[in-house]
Amino acid sequence: MSSPEEKRFPGPMRGQLVFAIVFFVVALLLLSQIGEQTKWVKKTKFFAQPRFWPAVGLVGMVVFGGLHLWKLPRRKFERADYVEWRIWLVAIEWVGWFLLYVLLVPVIGYLPVTMIFMPILIWRLGYRDKRMVLISSMFGLGVVLLFKSFLEVKIPGALLYEYLPGSLRTFFILNF
Amino acid sequence: MELILSSVDILARWDVLLALLAGSVGGVLIGAIPGVGPAVAIAILLPATFSMDPIVGLTVLLGIYGSSMYGGSIPAILINTPGTAVNALTTYDGYPMTARGEARRALSLAYSASFFGGVFSVICLILFAPLLAKVAPLFGSREIFLAALLGIILVVIAHRGQSLIAAAMACFGIFLNTVGLEAVKYSKRYTFDQSFLSSGVNLIVVVLGLFALSQAFFLLQGDDEKIRMTKLRGGLFQGLRELARHPRVAGVSGTFGVLMGMIPGVGEFTAQFLSYTYAQKTSKRPQDFGHGSSEGLIAAETANNAVPAAAMVPLLALGIPGEALTAMMLSVFYVHNVVPGPQLFQNQMDFVVALYIALLILNVMVLIFLLFATNHLIKVVKIPNRFLGACILVLSFVGVYSLRNSVTDCMIAAGFGIFGFVLKRLSIPAVPIILGMVLGGIMEVKLRAGMARVKTPFDFIDRPIAMVLFLMIVGVLVIHFFRVLKDRQDLKEAKWSTKHASTNFGMHMFRRKRFLSRERGRKVRETHLKYNPRSTDKR
Repeated sequence: MSSPEEKRFPGPMRGQLVFAIVFFVVALLLLSQIGEQTKWVKKTKFFAQPRFWPAVGLVGMVVFGGLHLWKLPRRKFERADYVEWRIWLVAIEWVGWFLLYVLLVPVIGYLPVTMIFMPILIWRLGYRDKRMVLISSMFGLGVVLLFKSFLEVKIPGALLYEYLPGSLRTFFILNF
Repeated sequence: MELILSSVDILARWDVLLALLAGSVGGVLIGAIPGVGPAVAIAILLPATFSMDPIVGLTVLLGIYGSSMYGGSIPAILINTPGTAVNALTTYDGYPMTARGEARRALSLAYSASFFGGVFSVICLILFAPLLAKVAPLFGSREIFLAALLGIILVVIAHRGQSLIAAAMACFGIFLNTVGLEAVKYSKRYTFDQSFLSSGVNLIVVVLGLFALSQAFFLLQGDDEKIRMTKLRGGLFQGLRELARHPRVAGVSGTFGVLMGMIPGVGEFTAQFLSYTYAQKTSKRPQDFGHGSSEGLIAAETANNAVPAAAMVPLLALGIPGEALTAMMLSVFYVHNVVPGPQLFQNQMDFVVALYIALLILNVMVLIFLLFATNHLIKVVKIPNRFLGACILVLSFVGVYSLRNSVTDCMIAAGFGIFGFVLKRLSIPAVPIILGMVLGGIMEVKLRAGMARVKTPFDFIDRPIAMVLFLMIVGVLVIHFFRVLKDRQDLKEAKWSTKHASTNFGMHMFRRKRFLSRERGRKVRETHLKYNPRSTDKR
């Protein structure tokens, strides 16, 4: 049965403890490095010291993070915590997908990678409907046309475009 | 009049009008899709607006900011899921109206109230602009430092029950802002001799990670929801007539929206809460609130739509953003070397008024668009969550990679994305991190400049505005302290009322055991008495 503190806690209890511990420990570690990572400059006022604001941030992180940890209604791990950690770990798969996309664009090209990446990702998500796969590919095309061709955002041409014949190469580098 | 004409002149360009159209329609669409929200859209679009003129880029972002709440009311009313976080209160009265077959009336009322809120706030601010222009120059370094400090404190204490972790997050933001080469003494801070950290942690990269990528991971990790849509019947224009029957509620809610919007860190939620409470307390039918009350819907929607224009005041007049969206917009100013602050109000007042007029036109455009396109627009609510997650993932790439074409930036953004995902899972606010980064930078510069001519601590607050701000900070902290004490007292009372001898589980078991043994004992004694009667008993 949950205590009145747990009932009043804004948000789920699962995973809170490990987050608070990690946050507090990282803040402490960073604070312990303040002498190494910042400088105390002579003949400079206290508030203008390069060390002042990192110290404000880190001391705040340690104090408030520590108080948050101390005031947590539940300070022991339960089964729900382990389930939550697994969800956090599983989410790293999507980071992998994102980084793969990031690494492929400069090599293969923004247009081809986006038009292929979206349907594959949609397939991985469990959509087997051909219509969804087609829509995702069209979405990829739309994104490239909107941002690269129309809004001209800075995304450099791919290595693969170098092998295209003369004018087509320039056209692809500029627009896709 | 001359000021307004020169402002209109700034807006009379085809690219500004196109930006207005794109911002308004895009904002409504983004707001109508639960799970996207203006923060994600603005984060993705930020780098794309850097290549535009400041007025064009800001118009697009303002368009999204101002119109997303209109769109957010659609899923809030039709499927009981707020499109944006600030539409949560709309579900209280909007969805019950849908449940009793008045969906179109609710939508119409929400649009009308939003329109009134938006227009009311813009008109208020255009009228107050000359006064603001007079007050803004009175803000020197010390005043701006104190206003930024007040903003950060308000953001922290606005997260009731989570103030400690919100404060820790704000401090994390302040720390993140200090990473890299310090500009005055040219010393490295927390770079760990890594070249990619020398230039610091880019705000846009953090914003994209915390808002866009984290949302993508959150949606990809979740499940698709089955949505049952309601068919719309009746006219959409009736809301304007119904709104006219409640001028007092609309006017007061709009005023709350304007006032709360101007205070950094307070924003829509407080404005809505105050308006809703006022409307309920002064209503002839307070029992209808939460069960489909038109006054409740008007209060919620008017207040939240009055905020965006007002939220631009601290940003434009002092250079202090009061929330994540205006903090993102600040970077557009910085990229174009336009420094918002008292100077902007003094020298480029027409630019400021042009932004307000753009917001005014935007509200009209959005209302017209919604009155005619709602039937088609409601289809976007049906887009599956996981598909949306994939779309946001691909769009986030544009935002991060187009900034500096750096894979390292993408990796940092992915790191913040997973951090933001964890924060979302734990319902820990990410907004204080962004405000800590932005306001931390402002505070560092302004404190250094402000302390240059200060001999005693009192000198820092010897000017009237500085003193007022200082007293406000003390007042806010005292109020918060008393609120925390009251919460502790309530908790103690709750503990006492639930955890005494009669409800304690161990005691309950003990009493049960004692009762059973007593009952059992009685029965046993009765049996014994039956067969072995006492010699003194009458026979």
